[in-house]
Amino acid sequence: MIKISQLTKKFGSHVSLDNVSCEFRKNESIALMGANGAGKTTLIRSILGYYHPDHGDVLINGLNPVKERTKVLREISFVPQLPPPIKLSLDELIQYVSVSANVDRELMLHYADEMKLDIKANMNKSFFKLSGGMKQKMLIAISLAKKSGIIIYDEPTANLDPKARDDFYRLLKQNEDEKVLLFVTHRLEEVKDLVNRQIYMDLGKIVSDEIV
Amino acid sequence: MVYSLVFGGLIALFFIAGVTESQVMGFSGLSRLLLMYIQITIVILPIFILITTVRSISGDRDNHILEYMLSFPISLKQYYWGKIIGRFITVYLPVLFAMVIAVVYGAFKGADIPWAIFFLYTGLLFALSSAFLGIAFFISSFVKSSEVALGIAFFIWIFLLAFIDIALISLMMQQRFNEGLIIFISLANPMELFRVAAISLFDPELTVMGPVAFYILDSISQSAFVLLSIGYPLALGLIFAFLGYKIFEKKDLV
Repeated sequence: MIKISQLTKKFGSHVSLDNVSCEFRKNESIALMGANGAGKTTLIRSILGYYHPDHGDVLINGLNPVKERTKVLREISFVPQLPPPIKLSLDELIQYVSVSANVDRELMLHYADEMKLDIKANMNKSFFKLSGGMKQKMLIAISLAKKSGIIIYDEPTANLDPKARDDFYRLLKQNEDEKVLLFVTHRLEEVKDLVNRQIYMDLGKIVSDEIV
Repeated sequence: MVYSLVFGGLIALFFIAGVTESQVMGFSGLSRLLLMYIQITIVILPIFILITTVRSISGDRDNHILEYMLSFPISLKQYYWGKIIGRFITVYLPVLFAMVIAVVYGAFKGADIPWAIFFLYTGLLFALSSAFLGIAFFISSFVKSSEVALGIAFFIWIFLLAFIDIALISLMMQQRFNEGLIIFISLANPMELFRVAAISLFDPELTVMGPVAFYILDSISQSAFVLLSIGYPLALGLIFAFLGYKIFEKKDLV
């Protein structure tokens, strides 16, 4: 599903990704690890089509994510490490997702409910005024409702309490079939039961890639 | 909200201060009120648009909103032009509504409504808003941080508002360049063009501007000048907005 070939990305003189090649296939759950500045976020952003590579390419189901971004992004769900301070109300955010990605509104409400987020009471509240945990729950609910073939989570449980983490893992287990799950994490023990592949990055290179 | 209050407040202040009852240089009633409104608008509208808009893309980039919102399958074209249209409505409607309120209140008070001036100003404000919105989005598309974007916006505003005039006046005084060229450069500045066009309906001969009026009205008729003063800033705004889009499309998004 995701094929990365000899990908190099530089920011000025800093090489963030150095000739990285790897492939992610269906039914793989990958933990992407490494120290700060190892290139994990740059790799994810390259998959999402945010960066123009200096060399090499990224193909998602055979499509270039920069040139064919709308087709590629229909297949990807993404939850960032820190929920951004979006000024839209929850209702408007749901509307945005529903219109842009054709995601069923009721399904988003369903997953929000599963994540124990009292969405009905907060529908007209600005997203950025919610607590960190509530924001994260909402983004997770959206990512699951999108029914994408590729789900990318950047430290998804950072703001979640233990109960919410359990809900999250339970829902992921129910939704992992025929998908690529990519977790960026510093705490392997949190996603250990979910992943079947571990990749370590350092200084812009993949230094270890193990099937577990 | 604050923005609407400023422009609505201005109109209210003019009525309270009795501007419509005063007469200066032959302008009275609602015409005088609209002239004063436009003179103040020319100073504050561009900086309002620049500082509130210049951070729209760079700000979204700074606080990772762009990273999340663009992870959904919308094209960059939809995102960029959608943002421009949204911003345009936000900056233009309050200014327009303030004028509409003035006209409605003036009519209620029994004043003559200067429709020609009202429609000219509606067009001029539309064109001026477009020009500065285009410039602001152009800056926002290539600047990495909001602070730098604000700095550039402020510099452009003060440059167009004062520096060009001061530089051109000094050149004119030294008689180094042909006056026609200096006036041409001056009128290439959308703020200056807006100022002159705003006067031209009250004073079609532009007598208040002195000899400069000859240069303008000798080379172009008054109605063509009014059309130019609406068409040029509009085109300038569209060109800058389009250039901004091209940069946005070609650069890394986050």
